[in-house]
This record gives sequence, structure tokens and C-alpha cells, in this order.
Amino acid sequence: MALNVALVSPTQQVWTGEATFVSARTTEGELGVLPGHTPLFGVLVDGAVSITSSDGSIKEFNVSGGFLSVSNDRVSILTESVGELLHFS
Amino acid sequence: MGAQLRIYRRRMRSVKATKKITKAMELISASRIVKAQQRVSASTPYANELTRAVSAVASYSTVVHPLTTPRPNPRRAAVLIISADRGMAGAYSTNAIKEGEQLGALLRERGLSVASYLVGRKAFNYYKFRDRAIAASWTGFSDNPTYENAKEVSEALLKAFLEGSESETGVDEIHIIFTKFRSMLTQEATAKRMIPLEVVESDQAPVSGILPEYEFEPNPGEVLNALLPRYIEARIFNAMLQSAASEHAARRRAMKSATDNADELIKSLTRLANAARQAEITQEISEIVGGADALASASAGSE
Repeated sequence: MALNVALVSPTQQVWTGEATFVSARTTEGELGVLPGHTPLFGVLVDGAVSITSSDGSIKEFNVSGGFLSVSNDRVSILTESVGELLHFS
Repeated sequence: MGAQLRIYRRRMRSVKATKKITKAMELISASRIVKAQQRVSASTPYANELTRAVSAVASYSTVVHPLTTPRPNPRRAAVLIISADRGMAGAYSTNAIKEGEQLGALLRERGLSVASYLVGRKAFNYYKFRDRAIAASWTGFSDNPTYENAKEVSEALLKAFLEGSESETGVDEIHIIFTKFRSMLTQEATAKRMIPLEVVESDQAPVSGILPEYEFEPNPGEVLNALLPRYIEARIFNAMLQSAASEHAARRRAMKSATDNADELIKSLTRLANAARQAEITQEISEIVGGADALASASAGSE
């Protein structure tokens, strides 16, 4: 089972694909999402979002504010502006 | 060369020059429509996700938020009109402005006064010429709006809304008028109420299945507070992008018919010029023949 992740900004779809783990920083603190997570809606603060995709690579994005919603293993991250930080493979 | 012929040729030259310009504008617009359309479709995933999120929060929490609840006695409404900065786009701006007039009349019937927020030089000039009050206006980006532009506009509108109509500049409702891009051939000016929100109206099919019970972090009220301004921004941005695409399409069509008309004009002018030239030649021949005749009869008489 994998997470279906979409990272979108107003001007483009930044990253979509399958992932095994997503971590982000919300107003309440660091938050990790694994498959089977309960439906959640969180407000993000400025910081890094990291996505571990199904092939094992980790992608990190720098987001400035935004939202994270999880439902039925579907994770959408909405942010106003985003920059790719690091690219491990 | 006769005077008549010279005049025809001069007009033909000027029409040809105009045709070159309109043709160039047509081609430029045609190439820009594609880009504008791509930008519209690039912005839809964000708008869809946001719509989904807003409807999820709105339907699964009992929070009453000022942005979603109509105020009991509205007194002032803001109308945001998105028009073009430049002309040469047929009735594009006029249609948007007209739609604005209609909406204004409707609002006034309801007893509301109207505060005008204008995007694009055409709408601005229209209002300024008629000496009407303008709450705020933005110009210079109608054919290529960025998210920052949309943000600026929506910030001004939200600020006015949150002030409420008790204050001088506040409003109780926000309406938007933009030109919907249906296809290359049809664009229509559309009026929509933005605040109070009528949530859920994406072009896509409704999300299948029921929306799950969400957990909110930190809490539904905070989430809505953060979410709704973004939602408004995204909708304004989408409206601007669609209007930009419509503007290019309208301009392309207007310039195409201008080019066609120029072609037509050149054709009829060419015919007239040819006729004039022929008439000139005919006249010259008959003058020569007449002159020779006269000479011949004069010399015959002297003998």
C-alpha cells in the first residue's frame, strides 16, 4: 500500500506520485504520514516537506505556508510557493 | 498618372500597411492563447484541491465563519471587474463592463450600494470618464497575470470585507466579473458571488465517495481562517487567467476580421484603380485620335 501524493502550487503541479512516507511541519509541530493515516487536515508553516517515494528516493521541498490534507491514503499538499531543496536518489 | 489613380494607389498602400499590423497582432494573439490556456490548466490542480479541502472543512465542521455566512443586513457590495489593458479585442472589455453595469443595477435594486474594484485600463478609463467612484484599481497585467497580482487584489477585497459596512470603505459582499474561456470561439462575461462563499463548483465531476471525517490541526476554526483567504486568492487567480485567455482569443478574432476586411478593401480598391487607369488610357487614345482627325481635316480644308 502506498500513499498517493500531490504537491501543488497555484502555478503548477510540482510533484505527484506514489510515496511511502511524507513528513511536514504543521502549526502543531512535525507531522509524519504513513499509509493508513486517519483523515487529517493541517495548516503548514514555512519549512521543509519531505516525501519518500515508492522507489526509495527522498525528495525535499521548501514550502512557505500551505495545507496538508490526508484522506484514504491520498495526500495533497497545497502551498503558495515551493522550491526544491535537495535531491537524493 | 492621373489624380484619381494616384488617390486609389495611396489608399491601397495605407490599407496594406494596416493589414500587416493586424495580421501580426492576430498571429501574436494566436500564439499567446495557447500559453494562456496552459496556464489555466496548470492552475486547476491547485484550485481543485483547494475546493475539495474547503468543502471538506465546511461540511465536516460546525464552525461558523464570517466568510461563509451571509451578513444579516448587507449595505455595500464590492464588484470586481476584470477587463483588458489594451483595446483591439473586439467587445471583450465592453462585455465585461456591461455585465458589471447589470450586476450593479441588480445590487442597487436590493438596496445595496456598489463599490467598484477594477482590473485593467479599459474598465478604469470607462469609470474615470464617467466620473464614477472607484474603490481601487489595478492595471498593467491583464494579459499575463501572476499569482502575486491575484494576491494583491484579493488582499484589498478581503480587507474591505473584514471591515464590514459599518466603516466607510467596508463591504458585506464581494462579486466578481470575469470572462469565462469556453473555447477559442466563445468567451462569455460571467458574474459570480464570491463572498459569502458558495462552496463547491469545480468544472470537474464531484469527488466520488463521501468525504471522510477529518481531524483538524490545530482546529477547524483556525484551518478555515487560513484556508478561506487562499481559496479566494485561487479563485481570483483562476478568473484572471481565464480572462487573459479570453482576451487573447477575442483579440485574435477581432484582428482576423480586421485582416479579412483589409483584404476585401484592397481587392475593391485594386479594381477601382484598374478601371481608373483604363479610363485614363481610353481618354488618351481618344484625345490622340481626335487630335489626328482635327489635324487631318484642317490640312484637307487648306488645300
